[in-house]
Amino acid sequence: MDLPHHGYRASKQRGRAAPPAGDSVLFEDTSSAAPAMNNQGYYTPGYNMGGTSNDMQGGAGVNNLFTDPMANAAMMYGSSLANQGKDMVNKEISRFMSVNKLKYFFAVDTRYVLKKLMILMFPYTHQDWEVRYHRDTPLTPRQDVNAPDLYIPTMAFITYILLAGMALGIQKRFSPEVLGLCASTALVWIIIEVLVMLLSLYLLTVHSDLSTFDLIAYSGYKYVGMIFTVLCGLLFGSDGYFVALAWSSCALMFFIVRSLKMKILPSLSSDSMGMGSSAKPQLRLYITVATAVFQPIIIYWLTSHLVR
Amino acid sequence: RRLRTCWDNMAFTLYSLIQAAILCVNAVAVLHEERFLTKIGWGVDQSVGGFGDEPGIKVQLMNLVRSVRTVMRVPLIAVNSVCIVLLLLFG
Repeated sequence: MDLPHHGYRASKQRGRAAPPAGDSVLFEDTSSAAPAMNNQGYYTPGYNMGGTSNDMQGGAGVNNLFTDPMANAAMMYGSSLANQGKDMVNKEISRFMSVNKLKYFFAVDTRYVLKKLMILMFPYTHQDWEVRYHRDTPLTPRQDVNAPDLYIPTMAFITYILLAGMALGIQKRFSPEVLGLCASTALVWIIIEVLVMLLSLYLLTVHSDLSTFDLIAYSGYKYVGMIFTVLCGLLFGSDGYFVALAWSSCALMFFIVRSLKMKILPSLSSDSMGMGSSAKPQLRLYITVATAVFQPIIIYWLTSHLVR
Repeated sequence: RRLRTCWDNMAFTLYSLIQAAILCVNAVAVLHEERFLTKIGWGVDQSVGGFGDEPGIKVQLMNLVRSVRTVMRVPLIAVNSVCIVLLLLFG
């Protein structure tokens, strides 16, 4: 948030005559000369707002700044207030969820997104499904294609809502309330699925490292399949819809089973609990398979009304 | 027409989710400890099982019920009062 202030300072030095005080706070005044001054303003981050004025220009522009001490004082007060507000908001949010963990899920790049989308649509040739670690912390999605991320589910969710609006518009059933209804329905189904997964993982005391965000990510991957299904249904009619539904269901089931198998089912070589765990691997397998089977059902439930 | 009613039946809103959550938590909160749970063998004094590292499903469920009842007792009073007032006012 310091950049507009620097732009404002630069513009104030150049021409005191042209813009009035409150006018160009957000827009740099590039009408006069010397854009180099602008660059200098950007590269010196605003530790002391009063001191940078001397660094920016030789000596001639210093007089222009101090002609309006009230504006300076107000600007500094405003910036300090904004910083305080920002700190308070960060503190409050970090009480509920750790922002660093959330940032981990959005550290993606283009190559990862493309590879992940291909794996979601065609997972049968992917060999290695292990999530790689680096000294006990999982690698970011940029470095490991198996890591779950939240970028693809978020974008796919938004795209699905837009596509649903478009599909309903094609069938002349569109109204703005329907869009909100579709969005909240899909959101509610995600919440239900994540809660059921969390409950079943807790009841069976599966000590996996699946956090809530991981589960949200894995249950959000089905939106990619849904988008593909709806597109095929719109382009190729009812037959295309069912073919695409079958394809994306199988791909998604395979993907979910292979991804969650690593995390939920115990690796048989680690601990040797013989007696108590005879029922456990079966139940864990049931959870994985039930999650996988749930995906086509919900895909059909959420998209069938769009392609009639 | 038929498609429209089909869509309306399945449309969830966040409000209906909140309603369902409140009803479920109320249902868990009214399970009385001595009158009901011990009678069916779900009391907390019957959950001290083996000292293995993996408690079973029933023990986990009993612990969950007990902790939900302990934690949500006071907030449920507030939430239910608010719901009653709102439903009386707005139907």
